[in-house]
Amino acid sequence: MAISFEKAFGLHPEGMLLREKRSAILADNIANADTPGYKAKDLDFATALTNAQSRQSSSISRTHEKHFQISTDMQQEVKFRNVEQTDTGDGNSVDIHRERNAFSQNSMEYQASLNFLNSKISGLKKAVGGQS
Amino acid sequence: MSLYRVFDIAGTGLTAQALRLNTTASNIANANTVSSSIDQTYRGRHPVFAAEFDRAKEEQGAGVKVLGIVESDAPLTTEYNPSHPLADEKGFIYKPNVNVMEEMANMISASRSYDANVQVADAAKQMLSRTLTLGQR
Repeated sequence: MAISFEKAFGLHPEGMLLREKRSAILADNIANADTPGYKAKDLDFATALTNAQSRQSSSISRTHEKHFQISTDMQQEVKFRNVEQTDTGDGNSVDIHRERNAFSQNSMEYQASLNFLNSKISGLKKAVGGQS
Repeated sequence: MSLYRVFDIAGTGLTAQALRLNTTASNIANANTVSSSIDQTYRGRHPVFAAEFDRAKEEQGAGVKVLGIVESDAPLTTEYNPSHPLADEKGFIYKPNVNVMEEMANMISASRSYDANVQVADAAKQMLSRTLTLGQR
């Protein structure tokens, strides 16, 4: 019986990649907190994870900036946030506190996945090395 | 790795907010710079921010960029003060259109946003360094 890393690690590698992607999106929101007309975005995690598991998303590479962008994403993963605050007059929909909370939550979840992976790896190490 | 992009994005935010702090400092420093003609009078300067897009992947953002710095076109303050050494032949001096209260609020907003970007970069650094030691325990 062979050790399957895919099975051992489960969802965590894909989840971590998505958390990374989400951290970039949230960092973009925070960087643009004072940009007029900027709309806050977020990753639809459930959709993104489904896409990542089934690997449905693929896109045709573009070698020229005027080429059309074609991708087979079943659903778009990145969506604009629902706005809960009133418009302050500059068309910006970033709620900085919400973004900061989301960012730190996202980074905690990332580190939780890291911890899970670490313990899985040490379990595998034990299985390979045996009791000594 | 998207985590390296987080550094770039937070970096653009830091640059933009630092520039905003710079213009604010310049405005406050020149708030009382009088002159003897309308053309030479200091005018309040403000940066214009815009969202930067990743040119390779158009759907993804890549932080913030500064489009440019505009001078405020609010009316200048004209004061009749013939004894002032810089007064023109009619006895007027011209003061900048800088509102110090506005600039102070702007300064605090910029420094808060700067802090937020620093914290983002810090969190990304922690995530990365823990990822680099994955499985080494």
